[in-house]
Amino acid sequence: MRRQWDILVVDDEPVMRESLAAWLVEDGYSVDTAENGQEAVRKASSKDYAIYFVDLKMPPGIDGIETMMEIRRRHPDASVIIMTAYATVDTAITAMKEGAQEYVVKPCSPEEISLLVGRIIKIKNLQRENLILRKKLSRQYSFHDIISKNARMNEIFNLIRDVASLRSTVLIQGQSGTGKELIARALHYSGNRAEKPFIAVSCAALTETLLESELLGHEKGSFTGATERRRGKFELADGGTLFLDEIGDISPKLQVDLLRVLQERSFFRVGGSEQVKVDVRVIAATRVNLEEAVAAGTFRDDLFYRLNVINIRLPNLRERSEDIPLLTHFFLERLSHELGKEVGEITEGALKMLMDYDWPGNVRELENAIERALVTTRTHVLTEDDFSFLHRPPVTSNGWVAPDSISLDEVQRHVIMATLKRTGGNVKETAASLGIDRSTLYERMKRFAIAR
Amino acid sequence: MGVTTAGGFDSEAAEFAALCISSAFSIDARRLEPMPDPAYAWDEARQQYSSTLILRDAISRRPAGAARVLVLTERDIFIPMLSFVYGQAQLDGPVAVLSSARLRQEFYSLPPNRPLFLLRLRKEIAHELGHTFGLTHCQDRLCTMSLSTNIEQLDLKQAEFCDSCAILVTEAVSRIRRSMAEGRTE
Repeated sequence: MRRQWDILVVDDEPVMRESLAAWLVEDGYSVDTAENGQEAVRKASSKDYAIYFVDLKMPPGIDGIETMMEIRRRHPDASVIIMTAYATVDTAITAMKEGAQEYVVKPCSPEEISLLVGRIIKIKNLQRENLILRKKLSRQYSFHDIISKNARMNEIFNLIRDVASLRSTVLIQGQSGTGKELIARALHYSGNRAEKPFIAVSCAALTETLLESELLGHEKGSFTGATERRRGKFELADGGTLFLDEIGDISPKLQVDLLRVLQERSFFRVGGSEQVKVDVRVIAATRVNLEEAVAAGTFRDDLFYRLNVINIRLPNLRERSEDIPLLTHFFLERLSHELGKEVGEITEGALKMLMDYDWPGNVRELENAIERALVTTRTHVLTEDDFSFLHRPPVTSNGWVAPDSISLDEVQRHVIMATLKRTGGNVKETAASLGIDRSTLYERMKRFAIAR
Repeated sequence: MGVTTAGGFDSEAAEFAALCISSAFSIDARRLEPMPDPAYAWDEARQQYSSTLILRDAISRRPAGAARVLVLTERDIFIPMLSFVYGQAQLDGPVAVLSSARLRQEFYSLPPNRPLFLLRLRKEIAHELGHTFGLTHCQDRLCTMSLSTNIEQLDLKQAEFCDSCAILVTEAVSRIRRSMAEGRTE
């Protein structure tokens, strides 16, 4: 058990260094030694030790406090025990201020040192256990990299499992940053097309002509710049999945082309006369409300029905706020590793701040916020200060103008109806969204004569 | 296995120590020539002897053929970090030093108690030699390999190894026997 923990003893005096190291080895720890600050920093750069015993006075070069500061710069969580033969209040204060976990005066009793080391190792063990449990927890709530314990998200995961191997078209609707592409990938990789290509195209990024040749491919000479025949995304995705993001943004002409491909499972390359047959499962996603676009006449209803065979509506992050702590820890762990930052914790206050924030940019905004906080933080724990850039929307009624003569009952009736509409008549979700319990919602629905 | 003394030692206790080793490890323990007085290890400021320096001296004097050497001293010993140690050993190495100074009741201003002193000595012998056989501290507070940082803890534990430590000791002793038989010194 103890062998898992490494200790570094830093002292310029050989007898001191060797004897303490030998004593700790007898106690079951794996111990390295360094005879000066530079060597200690070098060793700390290649390995993180559970405990650093650092002698305060080490001529020449860098002294104990500087060594400790260098070590802590590399490992902000390092437990440093400063050792000194001369106890002065000043050095004790400096050592503790600079982050020494403990300050011991040589010689100390075997009991004192044994309790001290035991206490630090106990904390390290708990931290390690905590990390393992947290990882297990995020795995438990993870479905193809999508982290959630939200009931609606879990329904979506179940739906994905059920329909993953079908060829039916899927329409994923959700605001920006809710994870539409992740859902599309989950659909692809949990189905029988997982071994075949997953091709993603953002329809919003390309012009009509470009998009057409991008999707369908083109023949040599079909337009200026078409110097050779090129296969389109439909062909590249043959046997697999084509993910069309921002489908609401495509032109009427391409809507027709797409409808034909979906109906006939074949198409002509731009400028070509040869019919190309493909077996592609199409997953489309949009942040705009396609029903409204259909009603407004900007999106073809026949294409909408063709796409909307299986519908997945992703909730906003606000509607799954119970996932915010899970996601925060997930991003914290992943991003701190990617950015090479030893930040593994977030304060309760900061977490509460994240829970209270509105997240108009959804999960992507949360991820970006954590990355920004990680980049700018100077400590190893993220605090409220690190998230001061998050704009908190005012809780006042700014921007909302009360209509002339409207009763409070009427306001409630409208809000309940609108929320029910948004949740597709889901009472549980509507109640949660409005912050009331289900019985209260039923009571109001009855009072205001609202049908589900 | 050799038992020696540094700076004089209660000869009956030294004899007892050799017997303890024979019975605890089933290995022959013979008395070696006493080492010179460890005046070289005296620390004026601390009024104690450096166990590390005694250990070094013992390593340099180890006779060929002695797989393990235990140095007994009545002097109070220390390592720089700690106010005292009961003993110091080379982990999985050939030499250990053990002080009887703090094993006597007199050290704590109490009347002498010879049986208690010998029992404590027996525990410390097993403990320090256990280290030379590669054993680290045991979490079982009753096992003789558990760490004692004060005399109460030393008195609480037993003179025997727990089942797991006993297996490790037996394995280490047979390993040493084998290498001795093959003419290799550890």
